Amino acid sequence: MKLNLSKKLIAATAGLMLIAAAPVAGFAEDTIKLGVVGPHSGDLASYGLPSVNAAKILAEQINAAGGINGKKIELLVEDTVCDAKTATDVATKLISDGAQIVLGGICSGSTKAALPIYKDSGILVMSPSATNPALTQSGDYDNFFRTIAPDDAQAQLDVDFALDKLGYTKIAVVHDKGDYGKGFAEFAKKFLEESGKAEVVLFEGVTPGAVDYSAIVQKIKKSGAEAVMFGGYHPEASKIVTMMKKKRLKADFISDDGVKDNTFIKVAGKFAESAYASGPTDTSSNPLNKAAVAAHKAEYNADPGAFYENAYSAVLAMANAVKVAGSTDLDALKKALQSEKVDTPVGTISFDERGDAIGVGFSVYQVQDGVFVELK
Amino acid sequence: MDYFIELLFSGLSRGAIYALIALGYTMVYGIIGLINFAHGEIYMIGAFTSFIIATILTILGFPGLAIILLAGLAAVIWSASYGYTIEKVAYKPLRHAPRLSALISAIGMSMFLQNYVLLAQTSDFLPFPQLVPDFDFMEPIAHIVGSSDMVILVTTTVVMICLTILIKYTKIGKAMRATSQDRTMAMLVGINVNRIISITFIIGSSLAAIGGMLVASHIGQINFYIGFIAGIKAFTAAVLGGIGSIPGAVLGSVVLGLTESFATGYVSSDYEDVFAFSLLVLILIFKPSGLLGKADTQKV
Repeated sequence: MKLNLSKKLIAATAGLMLIAAAPVAGFAEDTIKLGVVGPHSGDLASYGLPSVNAAKILAEQINAAGGINGKKIELLVEDTVCDAKTATDVATKLISDGAQIVLGGICSGSTKAALPIYKDSGILVMSPSATNPALTQSGDYDNFFRTIAPDDAQAQLDVDFALDKLGYTKIAVVHDKGDYGKGFAEFAKKFLEESGKAEVVLFEGVTPGAVDYSAIVQKIKKSGAEAVMFGGYHPEASKIVTMMKKKRLKADFISDDGVKDNTFIKVAGKFAESAYASGPTDTSSNPLNKAAVAAHKAEYNADPGAFYENAYSAVLAMANAVKVAGSTDLDALKKALQSEKVDTPVGTISFDERGDAIGVGFSVYQVQDGVFVELK
Repeated sequence: MDYFIELLFSGLSRGAIYALIALGYTMVYGIIGLINFAHGEIYMIGAFTSFIIATILTILGFPGLAIILLAGLAAVIWSASYGYTIEKVAYKPLRHAPRLSALISAIGMSMFLQNYVLLAQTSDFLPFPQLVPDFDFMEPIAHIVGSSDMVILVTTTVVMICLTILIKYTKIGKAMRATSQDRTMAMLVGINVNRIISITFIIGSSLAAIGGMLVASHIGQINFYIGFIAGIKAFTAAVLGGIGSIPGAVLGSVVLGLTESFATGYVSSDYEDVFAFSLLVLILIFKPSGLLGKADTQKV
């Protein structure tokens, strides 16, 4: 509590000093100040700390090579604990400290809370992990970019796949009533309806753990669906595919990341064959990815944690944008991010006008002979 | 019409699954007036035992029928010994304690067994082998009712008939009924009440084990938690049919299974449980002792 109070006090004082500090900021341009925000303590620290490591490793590398356009990178690491209030305080503090670009916002909620503050000061923010679709799609935050695919990207990918590659016109959307599964299913339904190419013949939730799903399978059969799009996790998915085959329902099964798990194949066995599931694109064979992981191992003697590659890529993309733009002016940076392709551990990426990375995301996998095979 | 028949059979097989578990609940309640919450776990242990034995026998290359029979037998023996032991350890010392104590003991036993299997086995879902093959003669109607559904339906029917005969026409059955009516009086006329209670637990647990094996083979997966969910539904079915009554447990299970199936088919599977439990509330309002339960007259 004491710590919190003192932090708030610092933030408040920093806020007051902002007015005084602003004119001075123009002079001290000999370094590029990169703010690194995220949860660095508390329950979610394991999501935030790998990004700090990525920033440290890259800053060291870039500085050793002479910096960006002759300017060294200076890191300003701040802990937001993924709390909205703390995140706004941190934003105010970073601005007063002269941060020019920011890596982070790990959690969607606290990132969203702090974004208006960064926006008002014209600071570029790039998150390795905030997946809430509205962050980019609402159009409210033109200073926000991310190197991770938004939550609805999977639904979009699966819908495109079902409509364009498989050419279906009647699709049943089923979910497990949970936040993740239902969220996916609602996006899928929305995209299917918007496409105008297919009809959603059924939209229903099943009860997880029920002893038998034959009634819902019969209902899918009656609906005439050519494919079932399922939002949820593998235990229900394996029961449903098993029951579909047992009830002689010939419809394809398309699902999400929660199903793209080897347990699905192990449990559903031969019934899982030819099922589709989307999952993060496998980038582990990318040489840049291997180098990034090796750098982490050399520095910290441990495997990198969550979102490390995404954070690493974000820093690379931002560093490149600063180099190309020749300044940290938001408009110039945005132009550079959107036009320049950068090789990163998550692939060769650029950004669309909303701020989502093009080339990062999910792939569709199919179960073939008992393994998930990525479909190109 | 086809759709109706498909839903009807979905409901019936669901009901038959519930019934195999509900019978154990209702028998124990009939004899000692205790809701044995650990019964769902006995079902789960039966499924795990048959899983282990079936896997071993498959590796050893036994024929299909032998695997079902041996795995079933092993599950029955193992689960029955669990049921017997649980009664001796957790319920018998509390037989003269207030009802609530025994109930809490049952809930504790249920949690203990769940966590025991979680630690001793795994928290993962395991693939359960398909023990009942797809019979060729079932192929024309396989889209309505599959081979394993049929085996479950037939097993439940046979078990219900055997149990009814056992209770109505045998000496043990007579002793059971006597114990159920008045335990003290039964003792006075020379019935070994402890033995009868043990036998009840053994029979109930054996049924749960058979149910566990057949259901796991039907849906193809098991984990330590399956007993809890199935147990709650079966318990609901037993109450619906009139707890303590054997035909009531089967009737209640079938009514529950059909309600869920038709609710899914004609309304929405989102409301499956809403319909099932609304039905339970309605029946208990108008017939508090359940569909076939006998009204309990209190002696004053």
